[in-house]
Amino acid sequence: MVTGLLGKKLGMTQIFDSNNQAVAVTVLEVGPCGIVQVKTKDKDGYEAVQIGFQEVPERKLNKPKKGHLQSKQARLWRYLREVSGSPDNQVGALVDVGLFAKGDRVAVQGVSKGKGFQGVMKRHHYGGGPASHGSMFHRAPGSIGSSSFPSRVWKNKGLPGQMGGKRVTVRGLRVVDVREEENLLLVSGAVPGRVGGVVLVKKMEKV
Amino acid sequence: MNRLERLEESLMPKQTVPFFEVGDTVRVKQRVVEERVDGKKAEEPKERIQVFEGVVIARKGKRSNERFTVRKISYGVGVERIFPLHSPHIAGIEVVRKGKVRRAKLYYLRTKKGKAAKVAEREYTRFAKNNNKGKSSVTQSVASEQAGVAELQPSEASESV
Repeated sequence: MVTGLLGKKLGMTQIFDSNNQAVAVTVLEVGPCGIVQVKTKDKDGYEAVQIGFQEVPERKLNKPKKGHLQSKQARLWRYLREVSGSPDNQVGALVDVGLFAKGDRVAVQGVSKGKGFQGVMKRHHYGGGPASHGSMFHRAPGSIGSSSFPSRVWKNKGLPGQMGGKRVTVRGLRVVDVREEENLLLVSGAVPGRVGGVVLVKKMEKV
Repeated sequence: MNRLERLEESLMPKQTVPFFEVGDTVRVKQRVVEERVDGKKAEEPKERIQVFEGVVIARKGKRSNERFTVRKISYGVGVERIFPLHSPHIAGIEVVRKGKVRRAKLYYLRTKKGKAAKVAEREYTRFAKNNNKGKSSVTQSVASEQAGVAELQPSEASESV
């Protein structure tokens, strides 16, 4: 049993549910993922399973990755990720979308779209100033703290900088449909990252 | 066709939607579930059909996501509704009248009143878009035009000489 699978974002569409309501869904191509390595308490100090996604020809892999995969006698995968799982998994076994069922709650992890270096209004939803009437204060952050105390800027103060392009997890998405023969998973709502981006779909405990 | 499009194709309901175009007047039959007056849940939800009749002023989207906008004048007030074409709420679409229009989107009707806001009726029948008839005639006319140009050029050249 593994708790998550790797997949690819195919895009968004809408679907009519059993109440005839239109639901916005993201279509993910999930699995089949191969089990590459099983980490056990004795050997590694913790229990986990390494899974691989998207098979590639041998020439596409570099030597370290090829060596790792061949030493485990696993198939050649492009993407490797570690998820929690029990040690009774067999190396080489394949897990497909059937892991998920309609109505499950999942967390989806991906790399968000990069927005570049952004100011505080876009990045941290600051209010900004008036656009006109000669205010001379438009999109700047304004004061970033007090004077004699604390005499420094508080940690985590929202300031301009790189936005997006980092790992984001969206939790609590509902599985709307599972199509095992096509390896498709339809989850409600939006998922981080671009179309074609790799995502990790993890099972969530029932809330 | 990519995989998302193929999925959307598979989401389309089996029964076909009648052929209609922008400019046509349609009767959209919508299933409406009536709530009980006291707000409690009815044991057997009452379902009836509500009709919305008006001019189709836009069709947007593709495959299972296609939707259309219907505009009508209700007691002197313009009312527009956007329906998903394949919504299970839609019990049927009836074409009342074919319209003769030269635009894909009839948003200009919003600023018009009275007779100017009318769409002229079309008498000839147009074929569905997938029909090859329209396409081949277009290519034929282009070919004949090119032939005409080719014929003209030598005569012009001789005149200039």
